[in-house]
Amino acid sequence: MQSETSPAVGSLVRLRGVRYVIGGRAIFDGLDVDIRRGEVTAVMGPSGTGKTTMLRLITGLVTAERGEVLVDGEEVSRLGRSDLYRLRRRMGMLFQNGALLTDLSVYENVAFPLREHTRLPERLIRPIVLAKLHAVGLRGAESLLPAELSGGMGRRVALARAIVMDPEILIYDEPFVGLDPISMGVVVRLIRELNDTLGLTSIVVSHDVHEIAAVADRAYLLSGGKVVATGSPSELNALDSAEVRQFMQGLPDGPVPFHYPAPDYAAQLFGARR
Amino acid sequence: MRATRAIELGTGLFVLLGFAALFFLITQITSRQVGFGETGYRVSAWFEQVGGLKPGAPVSMSGVTIGRVESIGYDFAEYKAHVVLRIDRKFDRIPDDSDAAIFTAGLLGGQYVGIGPGGSETYFKDGDRIEFTQSAVVLENLISKFLFSKAAEQTPTDQEAP
Amino acid sequence: MRQIARELRQSLSGSLVRIGKYSLFVGRLLSETPRALLRFRLVVEQVYNAGALSLVIIMLSGLFVGMVLGLQGYDLLQRFGSEESLGTAAALGLVKELGPVVTALLFAGRAGTALASELGLMRATDQIAALEMMAVDPVRRVVMPRFLGSVIAMPLLAAIFSMIGIFGAQLVGVQLMGVDPGQFWSQMKGAVEVADVMEGVIKSCVFGVACGAIAVYEGFHAIPTAEGVGRATTRTVVTSSVVVLLLDYMLTAVML
Repeated sequence: MQSETSPAVGSLVRLRGVRYVIGGRAIFDGLDVDIRRGEVTAVMGPSGTGKTTMLRLITGLVTAERGEVLVDGEEVSRLGRSDLYRLRRRMGMLFQNGALLTDLSVYENVAFPLREHTRLPERLIRPIVLAKLHAVGLRGAESLLPAELSGGMGRRVALARAIVMDPEILIYDEPFVGLDPISMGVVVRLIRELNDTLGLTSIVVSHDVHEIAAVADRAYLLSGGKVVATGSPSELNALDSAEVRQFMQGLPDGPVPFHYPAPDYAAQLFGARR
Repeated sequence: MRATRAIELGTGLFVLLGFAALFFLITQITSRQVGFGETGYRVSAWFEQVGGLKPGAPVSMSGVTIGRVESIGYDFAEYKAHVVLRIDRKFDRIPDDSDAAIFTAGLLGGQYVGIGPGGSETYFKDGDRIEFTQSAVVLENLISKFLFSKAAEQTPTDQEAP
Repeated sequence: MRQIARELRQSLSGSLVRIGKYSLFVGRLLSETPRALLRFRLVVEQVYNAGALSLVIIMLSGLFVGMVLGLQGYDLLQRFGSEESLGTAAALGLVKELGPVVTALLFAGRAGTALASELGLMRATDQIAALEMMAVDPVRRVVMPRFLGSVIAMPLLAAIFSMIGIFGAQLVGVQLMGVDPGQFWSQMKGAVEVADVMEGVIKSCVFGVACGAIAVYEGFHAIPTAEGVGRATTRTVVTSSVVVLLLDYMLTAVML
């Protein structure tokens, strides 16, 4: 493969000056992010700031217009199809809604990457799949179909599928959205445990401040296509910046305005009709 | 893989039915008979006019199909149409002085070759030639002949006059 | 005036782009075919989805189309006093024209929309992206088997349609209208040639490629929203129908 350029502790994923435009609107302009090896890094920000887009850049699902996206020293946008797939085998990703294959059972969903990428016989696949399902606490649900699972269970199955190939990087896209408090607690614990026991590097995209505070080693706060603050969750909480405070404390109005840009209210009401 | 067996069974049935239908279409609604064509022996006949005769048309004797027209070509040596007939092996006692004629089945039906048996003691074998042939009747020629003869009957005086 | 010209130019270049995208996609599908055939189990599953599940509608439609053909054909032919040719007329009409075309249209409505909405939903629920993330090529794993399933199923469905249709025509012509059954079958046998059957088979193979490719293209490239999936299924039916009829004319002109 390629020579080990990054040290054992250092950034595994590095974004430098990334610009990404969709539909004429710049989602990112000059984005710099470093994801350190072995840590749980959170990416936070109000909806619409392109947190999910950042994940798609890192995984090569979309390509940046400018700037570099390096994963373990490799420029993602310059990789060919097979190299990209080789890189992706080292990543696992948990999608917002699980994205389980609807026509396969829980067991087959988890076994899917193994069946696609290896020629292992069933007697070797079965223990691996059961171990991963056990790790997320759903060994008993192996024969259910995705449609029969609750939201939290579906996400845990997707997590089991994401770790079945023993990835180095695990990426979570909004893992807490739409979960009840119990499931939320389960997922928080799983993220931390998997990261530490499997020696992973985790990237968590979310806007749930409390859960992030519980799980993340470092956090980035994105707004307006740039990083506005970075540091450990407690450092962020202590920062005295209007943008950070508004987000961390959930204030309705602030640097991110409550109103979508509009002409003057009074003028529109009384002056517009001629 | 849920209910894999049912899927395989359904697919098997479907594919079987599909091929059965295809087989039906090829064998039952066309004049091709399976296995015919490579068996049997060939004889050739030269016709002045083959009309609408086509390869694959039946060759019959007293109404019994004994073979098929294999090919039709033009022979510049004789300035006639060269028709190759393939006769089934079973019908191996056709006298070699038999004659061949092209007939039409029904008023608008397809054309076929009819064999009228002769009286010879020796029989056709592969590569033989049918000496006596009678061409296809072309409807237009028939009609124009008929009209001319009618015209000739009705105005004899015109013709005699110089 | 200038605006009209500009809009015309835009819509023209738009449709050219669309044709180009379709062609590239079909090229990709065809180039992937040998490899996809190796994973035969996946293809079998899709032959079931596209073929076996369309069987009932195809057989039912075939029967009624054949019966109508028997009725109309009889009425027409007896004006010329040649109702014995009903078998020929029905068989040729079904095998060369109605079988492949009506099957393709029904297929677009039944299996094509199912394919497009399935793929569109997979796109909308991130399943396609998840496959990409698992380093599994979604075209190879998901699109190809569905495409090949359609290509395999179509000629078989068309053959079944034609066969049932001929029996339907026979039912009306012989049992109801009193055409002599011997005449019905023998005239048919005398006039229909293997080449006619093959013409129908070639047509339905081409339609299979067209319908399959359109359905998977529209589904795979659907906008990942509920509305986008709906639009993809509608577009599948409309595009397939127009393309099938267009191809039918072209193929008929070439093969006649």
